[in-house]
Amino acid sequence: MQQLVTILLLAPLLGALIAGLFGRRIGDLASQSVTTGLLLLTCGLSWYVFGQWTWGGLEPFTVHLAPFINVADFQSNWSVRIDGLSAVMLVVVTTVSALVHMYSWGYMAEDDSRPRFFAYLSLFTFAMLALVTAADFMQLFFGWEGVGLASYLLIGFWFKKPTANAASIKAFVVNRVGDFGFALGIMTVFWAYGTIQFAELFPLIAASASKSWTFAGQTLPLVDLACVLLFIGAMGKSAQFFLHTWLPDAMEGPTPVSALIHAATMVTAGVYMVCLLSPMFEYAPMARNLVTLIGAITALFAATVGLAQNDIKRVIAYSTCSQLGYMFFAAGVGAYQAAMFHLFTHAFFKALLFLGAGSVIHGMHHEQDMRRMGGLWKHLPVTYAVMTIGTLAITGFGIPGIDLGFAGFYSKDTIIEAAWAAGRENGFAYFAFVVSLLAAGLTAFYSWRLAFMTFHGTPKWGEHAEHGHDDHHADAHAHAAHDDHGHDDHAHGHAHTPHESPLSMLVPLLVLAVGALAAGYVFVENFVGEEQAEFWRGAIVNGPHNHVLHEMHGAPPWVIWAPLAVSMTGLAIAWWVYIAREGMGARIAARRGPLWTFLYNKWFFDELYDATFVRLARFLGDLFWKGGDQKLIDGFGPDGVSAVSLAVGKRTGRLQTGYVYHYAFVMLLGVAGLLSFALYAFSRGG
Amino acid sequence: MSGLLSLITFLPMAGVAAILALRFLGQPGEARDTASKWIALATTLATFALSVKLTLDFDPANPGFQFMEEIPWFAGLSYRMAVDGISVLFVPLTAFLLPLCIIASWKTIEKRVLEYMIAFLILETLVIGVFCALDLVLFYLFFEAGLVPMFLIIGIWGGKNRVYAAFKFFLYTLLGSVLMLAAILAMIGISGTSSIPELMHYPFDPAIQTWLWLAFFASFAVKMPMWPVHTWLPDAHVEAPTAGSVILAGILLKMGGYGLMRFSIPMFPQASHLFTPLVFALSVIAIIYTSLVAFRQTDIKKLIAYSSVAHMGFVTMGIFSGNVQGEQGAIFQMLSHGVIASALFLCVGVVYDRMHTREIAFYGGLVNRMPFYAAVFMLFTMGNVGLPGTSGFVGEILTMAGAYGASTWTALFAATGVILSAVYALSLYRRVIFGEITNPALAQITDLDWREMVVFTPLVLSTLYLGVQPDVVFHITGASVDALVGAWRAAIAG
Repeated sequence: MQQLVTILLLAPLLGALIAGLFGRRIGDLASQSVTTGLLLLTCGLSWYVFGQWTWGGLEPFTVHLAPFINVADFQSNWSVRIDGLSAVMLVVVTTVSALVHMYSWGYMAEDDSRPRFFAYLSLFTFAMLALVTAADFMQLFFGWEGVGLASYLLIGFWFKKPTANAASIKAFVVNRVGDFGFALGIMTVFWAYGTIQFAELFPLIAASASKSWTFAGQTLPLVDLACVLLFIGAMGKSAQFFLHTWLPDAMEGPTPVSALIHAATMVTAGVYMVCLLSPMFEYAPMARNLVTLIGAITALFAATVGLAQNDIKRVIAYSTCSQLGYMFFAAGVGAYQAAMFHLFTHAFFKALLFLGAGSVIHGMHHEQDMRRMGGLWKHLPVTYAVMTIGTLAITGFGIPGIDLGFAGFYSKDTIIEAAWAAGRENGFAYFAFVVSLLAAGLTAFYSWRLAFMTFHGTPKWGEHAEHGHDDHHADAHAHAAHDDHGHDDHAHGHAHTPHESPLSMLVPLLVLAVGALAAGYVFVENFVGEEQAEFWRGAIVNGPHNHVLHEMHGAPPWVIWAPLAVSMTGLAIAWWVYIAREGMGARIAARRGPLWTFLYNKWFFDELYDATFVRLARFLGDLFWKGGDQKLIDGFGPDGVSAVSLAVGKRTGRLQTGYVYHYAFVMLLGVAGLLSFALYAFSRGG
Repeated sequence: MSGLLSLITFLPMAGVAAILALRFLGQPGEARDTASKWIALATTLATFALSVKLTLDFDPANPGFQFMEEIPWFAGLSYRMAVDGISVLFVPLTAFLLPLCIIASWKTIEKRVLEYMIAFLILETLVIGVFCALDLVLFYLFFEAGLVPMFLIIGIWGGKNRVYAAFKFFLYTLLGSVLMLAAILAMIGISGTSSIPELMHYPFDPAIQTWLWLAFFASFAVKMPMWPVHTWLPDAHVEAPTAGSVILAGILLKMGGYGLMRFSIPMFPQASHLFTPLVFALSVIAIIYTSLVAFRQTDIKKLIAYSSVAHMGFVTMGIFSGNVQGEQGAIFQMLSHGVIASALFLCVGVVYDRMHTREIAFYGGLVNRMPFYAAVFMLFTMGNVGLPGTSGFVGEILTMAGAYGASTWTALFAATGVILSAVYALSLYRRVIFGEITNPALAQITDLDWREMVVFTPLVLSTLYLGVQPDVVFHITGASVDALVGAWRAAIAG
């Protein structure tokens, strides 16, 4: 087993190195085969580990591969940690990654730099696996920033597009803002507990629950402080409110990347971290309330923005953001198991939706604006079918009475019930409960809106000229965001009829559709049901007062049926606006009401940040450079002196050599003085 | 093996002698120039080989000085050489970068080739001498004399504005040296010895320590450089030839940090403790201020020079943290920066050699013509940003962790550096490398040639190896750093 998990971790790295270093020499086909083959191997091993964990009674273990940073108590290793949490993450990451590798054979077929693309994908997978199998904070941070690097490289994969370059930098920098908190959190843990290894740290937490800690002049409860700082890191990586602005822009990357990194895996790393650190968060009530609050706000905020977007990928991006909010407040109310369960099911249906969107974009010759789609179900029947399954899954469709539904039904309803159960004692949790119902309705609306605008109604893809003028100015960046393949020869080729995608793209879609159908039904008992304690085996800790998973079973019928009711309402409204009264949506948008404008512009976050942080950095940079360095320091220092000396220097005409002589002269004088002084001192002593 | 340190230090002088012989005996012309390059390369490679032997023979368990050589000089002064865990790794760092400098200059230096090679070889001797000297006077000689060849390199082979740069360099350094010289005289006068190990245990009166500390600090702060005495560095870098920048950023800046660890802390422990808040303040100002300035630069080399100042801020912060993590981090950060900053200046040199401009706006879209260059530049940009997996990360996280142990405020401010470094480094990379080629002058630019590959390969490998296996450094430095921290703590407590 130890060798197997080591191979599991290193195989994607090997693939990345081969494709990255020798891609040009061995060619496209070989690069794709090597990376995809190794990924399939990793995926197979992951399912084996997961199977052994779930049904084979595998005990948690850690393989130490090599030392990393070791300075006194600051001890870290390269290791592979296998437990319930990492086993779940292994199958999520490698399954989606393997399918995305396969899908990219078709999707990226026309691209010139496929070896580079596959190398990045495999590099990402390696970093993500390093993240989920870390046994200490340093490897966790390595994986954390490693996936950030891969994300940066892949968002900017089409480096000729200025928008892609800007988006990649934005993603990196915003994530760094999160990492700023993360790094401080790690240091707090280190100085408070003298270790950064999870296995040594977790047993120390309970005893320190009432300890306080002084940070930047404030005395705060220690565990809360550490958890809040670490959570800032999670907010960055998982695109939570305030630090979410990079995720929609990240859609500049190729669509398979969006599915893998910006939907199913990397962005869930923050949720994973909070669950992994459940032994800490259980003793940090304030931090958990913050997690609940931020998660709930994000769930609602992103859902509202998703209502008004027209770019098919951006709608799904905001949907991801919103679903991540669900996971966070689930963790915040203490239902870490439910958060992980939603992470697990979400990976399937969200990757499905993204890859389905990719299939649409591919079939529409790189068109991403849903206003130029419509009626596609006839032309892309398989894509239509799987996207419908994905939509049913994300809206959580299922019948509570007989307990049968799509994947999202099990996980999302568990979260809502958990929030209700916790909400009886905690106002933050109750807020999250109310928000979760609202957001469920909005989710249903925008998800069905997407399905209806894309696949139903009258086709709008034949009429190039009529569309996109109504709000052209506000939409400029959305146009630039088109998922073109780096060569524009047939982009916007509206003369073509939409076509179904090749088999290499449809097979991954079908596999994911199976997941979106069955992942909830099959695993609900293991993740959050009667067998959860046996399934997690200590990987998730619930404190002595946390019975939320048990108490949620006492939810009254209205709580149990409410999610279905609101999502059916969302569906009904979407149907009314986009099918029954087709054109109503466009008319509402054309009126540019204040609410619509607010939502369409994403609550003006980008504008706000531009006006504050970006401008401040530019201003200070110029001020320090031209005012500080040039005027103040140089003006009073060397330049002031040189103004005098230069005049002298010019006359001598041997400027630079002159200085050398001066310098050598001064030095010699110094040495001479020193020697004479030494002589004097010693002669006196002797 | 006794005598190894002197051998390493003065081996480059053998190369100097050979080139001088060539100069007076050979016929002027290309053949003579080429011969001088080969002599310089062979000498520096041999020196590097010896420095590797030094590192391998070094006993990591021994916190004291090793490879001691002592020859009585005159007037009670001695020629004393030795290394400990704090200094030993700077010798291979220097010896590692020098051959790369020679190779990098192979085609780009056209005038006065022999003198250029001589200047670099002399520089190598003097810089290695700084790290090996165990006598205050000897240290001072090496420390100050090292500036003369550097000065010549900027002054003779530098760019258009070399006069101004050289002057600034001169003025700042002079200020520091005069004060340090006075302090050295005072120390010898008070203690009656110039032996560094003896001075490390000499109990200077706290009031005198304060003055001595300030005098040494003036010199080391200029050398690091620390804010606000940093403004000579961007100008010096911009005017220096590529290899000069490599030495400047890679090694000369480290002499300041080394000096603080060798002199200021062990010899003036009370004063160091007293001034710790000052150093922390200057360090975080350096990190934030120069990062923001770097963000606004229009010249590639200036941008990287400013980022060097920010990275040195982490070093000073770590040195004064007073705990093992901070000190280890500081040493590591110096070594890592020696590799990464050198590599970045070489990256600038690659495009400068082709286009003879360092204006960021001139470039753009280079990845289309130079994919290998783009990959190499990306790696070092990430090292500069401190991405885990590169050596840049290890020093940053440890110095920050060290500072956190001493002052959470300092760590909080310093941590903003991780955001700012991403801002300036990635925006530089984007403007130079990504996008379409719009400048017609770049249409025929060529990718790295094999000589440039030879230069970059060892730098790439060291950046990654140190990033993944930093323990190889901590293993060597550990015992001496523990001793340093232990002695400092004992001195403050006692």
